[in-house]
Formats: sequence, structure tokens, C-alpha cells
Amino acid sequence: MTPKIDINNVTKYFGDKLVLDRVSLRVNPHEVVCLIGASGSGKSTLLRCVNRLVEHDYGTIRLDGVSVDDPGFGKTGLQQRAGIVFQSYNLFPHMNVLDNITLAPRRVHGQLRAAAEDRGRDVLARFGMDGFAAAYPEQLSGGQQQRVAIARALMTRPDVLLLDEITAALDPELVGDVLAIIRGLKDEGMTMMIVTHEMGFARECADRVAFLDGGVILEEDTPDRLFGNPQEDRTQAFLQRIIAAGRL
Amino acid sequence: MTQLTKAAHRRAVPDQARRGPPPPPPNRGFDWRTAMIPTLIGMVSVVVVFGTIAWFVTSAETWPRIKLQFFNIDAMIAAFPRVLQGFWVNMQVWLIVLACIVIWALVLAVVRALRAPWFAPFRLMVMIYIDIFRGVPVLLLVLLFGFGIPALNLPGLPSSGLFWGAVAMVLSYAAYVAEIYRSGIDAVHEGQRAAAKSLGLSEWQTLRYAILPQALRNVVPALMNIVVALQKDVALLSVIGVRDAVREAQIYTATTFNYSSLIVAAGLFLLATVPMARLADYLTRRDRQRRLQIAD
Repeated sequence: MTPKIDINNVTKYFGDKLVLDRVSLRVNPHEVVCLIGASGSGKSTLLRCVNRLVEHDYGTIRLDGVSVDDPGFGKTGLQQRAGIVFQSYNLFPHMNVLDNITLAPRRVHGQLRAAAEDRGRDVLARFGMDGFAAAYPEQLSGGQQQRVAIARALMTRPDVLLLDEITAALDPELVGDVLAIIRGLKDEGMTMMIVTHEMGFARECADRVAFLDGGVILEEDTPDRLFGNPQEDRTQAFLQRIIAAGRL
Repeated sequence: MTQLTKAAHRRAVPDQARRGPPPPPPNRGFDWRTAMIPTLIGMVSVVVVFGTIAWFVTSAETWPRIKLQFFNIDAMIAAFPRVLQGFWVNMQVWLIVLACIVIWALVLAVVRALRAPWFAPFRLMVMIYIDIFRGVPVLLLVLLFGFGIPALNLPGLPSSGLFWGAVAMVLSYAAYVAEIYRSGIDAVHEGQRAAAKSLGLSEWQTLRYAILPQALRNVVPALMNIVVALQKDVALLSVIGVRDAVREAQIYTATTFNYSSLIVAAGLFLLATVPMARLADYLTRRDRQRRLQIAD
């Protein structure tokens, strides 16, 4: 079986700083893999390498067997395969919700406005945002903005969804709504790579969890084994700190 | 003791609940008196200060001569039609030059903002352009273009000094405005580029749909400053013989040796620039409020 995402020996420097050191990771179709680790461990960079927001220096990343630095791939093709949602939503502030989510279908995929908006309203309705099509991002709560951002990423029907700490900027009472959406996507069989600090969510939702430390995947296992019986000292220390902070 | 306070506390809560929240404090709306006082103080002090200056000037021994030279009502009336006609030329040139500057500068800024590698030579050219046209005095450019190019008698090109002088102003001002646009583009958060790129938008589409609309909104206050400055700087074209307000006033001065016509021209410029400056203030204030709201 071809993995959806095949990361092989990927190394990335920012200047002289080594941020990813020969990282290898596979995500199979319909699988949910959570990346955990301290800030600066390279998890977000790894995620961004997958859809080429960051270009890796060595190694290969394949999506559905096609290398992401294949020039024939094109941005459109790459983006059709991998959608990303950011911690800070990054909605376009000068566009209303409907325009935000229909921008790519219309401008990149050449859909007609009516068709794109019909589908846009469907996707919004699914996330309970159908009443906000004409609202501007600044009029929405963080949780609502993040739901719109997820809708925007799904509008182009990606095979893979990359989630970069999508609940980290939310007020605690809004986190649940957004995580419920992610569970729903998992149930539908969406392949996902998730960078998260929500250990409870990772434990419950992930098929596999990878612990990154200093740009290296130290440990990768099922959530039960990784959280229940971590093998590496660094993993144990990290989880101890999380437990001490009351987040697991 | 504790029993007592507890009892009092217990009684106090339902009482308050029954009465509902306290009424809004008085004078919450617009209060004319407090709003007027600063304005009144301001007006009185302006009248006092300028009145005193005016009194000193008009009581000076040379005042009758000054009045005759600069504030001669008859001369003003005589010069007015010509100066007004010239001023109309100023305003037309202002609007046309302004439109050209805004568009040409946008082209420059966009070329400079595109990051694709094969754009590097164009980026470099724009940088050199901006360095040159920002570094040379506008007056010099107006003289060079307005006198120089028509003198060449190039076939197929307009030979009007007004045209080439206006071109010089567009080239020079666009260099400044391009830099203003660039600051607006740079101020758009990097996450916006990442979002657009991740959606598959090309670099041009990212600029066109995601970055520029935000950048242009950011730079409106700074652009208004340029608009006001340009409104009076179009008078520079008078040096190459364009019969604008300043030129017409000078022509009158040359025949009568009376400078009142220049005062008329100055008054006309003030009539145009002061409202524009207030508009600029208003737009800046509105922009500031919008940012503060977003920051909340």
C-alpha cells in the first residue's frame, strides 16, 4: 500500500540551525498521526514541509507517491492533495466568510461563482456556520474563525489535512467544538497529520503519535503505548511536564 | 458578629436583585458644554494671538506700503479672473497626474513585491528607478523634461511642455508612492501569504487577492499626505511656462509691480489644500479606530 504521506530522511536548516534531522514518517490512507513535542522541536516545520510552505534541504517527501519538489507537480496539484489549517486561522480579513472559502475554488480551480458558493454554503452548514456567510472574520469568535479556516481548507477536497496547533489560540471553552469537527473528519476517513498540545485529544483520536525532540522523531507508537509506557527518557520527561501542567 | 454580617449579606443580595442593576450614570451622552469649552478656548486664543500680530503689523509705519504691494483690493480684483483660470489648470493637472502616479507606483510596487527568482532583474530595475527619481530634485526633472524633450523635436512625441513637465512629476512622485505601497505590503502579516500559497494561489494571485487589498487599506493615510503635497506642487510646472495660477499671478506682477496677485493665488491654493488636509485627518482617524477595534 502506498502511504499517503511518505517522509524519508528529511533534513532542514534555518540558516545554521538544524531544525529537522533525518526525519522519516509514514502516514497511511485514513490514518491520523499526531506530532507532539516541546516548542521548537520542529513539528510545525515538518508539517509545513509536507505542503511546501517550507522547502526541506535533504531527503524526500512524497504525497501519494509523488515527490513534493517535483517541478511537474505544480502548486495547484500539491494543494489539491494537502490542505493546511493554522494556529492563527489566517483568514483574509478583507473578505467575508463565503468569499474566504470560495477564493481558491474560483481562482485556482476555475469554478463558477454560483457553483463554488453553493458548495461553500454546504460546507459552512456542516460546521454550524451557515448563518455567518456574510460576516467578516473580525466579527467572529476564535472558534468560529477556526471552523471557517477548516472549511476553507476542505473546499478544494484535499486528500490530506495538515493541522498546525489549531486549538492553541482558542479560549478553553471553544476548544471542544473544533476538536469535535476533527473527530468527525476522522470518522469520514480523512488522512490527517496533526501538530497538537492537546494530549487528551491525541490519545483518543490518533492512530499513531510521534514525539519530536530537537528535530528528531525520538519515539513513534500507538497512543496507548506512547502515553502509557514511553520508552525514551526524553518522552517520559516531556509527558511528566504535561501531566504536571494538568493537560493529560 | 459573623452571624450579623452574614444575615445582612443575605438580605442585601435579594434586595439588589429585585431592584435590578443601577441606572446608567448621568451625562453619558454628548455634552455640548464640555465639548464646546476646548473649541472656544482654541478660537479665543487664535483670535488673540493673530489679532495681536495683525495689530502690530498694521500699526507699523511701513504698513500702508505693504498693504499697497500685497493686499491691494483693486489689484486683487483685476488679477482674479486670470489667476482663477490658471488655478483651474492646476487642479486639472493635479487630478490627471495623481491618477497616473497612483497607477504607475502600483506597478512599480508590485514588481518589487513579487518574489519569484526570474523577477530578480525587474526588481533590480525598479530599485534603481526609485533610487534615481527619489534622489533628483523634482524641479530639476521638470526643467529637464519640460524644456529638454520638446527642444529635441522628436517625431511622433508630444512637444508640449505641459505634457513633459507632468510626466516628470509622475515619474518623480511615483518613486515615493511606490515606497509607500511597499511599506503597506510589508505590513501585511506573513501568515496571509502562507494561507494563500497553501490554497494553491499563484504568487500574482496571492498579491492580487490576499495582500494588495489589505496593503492599500493600510496606506490610505500616507497616500493622503502625498495627495495634499501634490496639490500645491503642481505649481512647479509654472517654471516651464505652463500658465497656471502662479504663472498668471507672476505675469500680472511683471506688468504692474504689484504682488497682490500672488496673494490671490496663495488664497486659492489654501482653499483647495485645507479641506484636503482635513479629509486626510478624518481618514487617518477612521483608520486608527478600525485598527483599535481589530486589536480588541
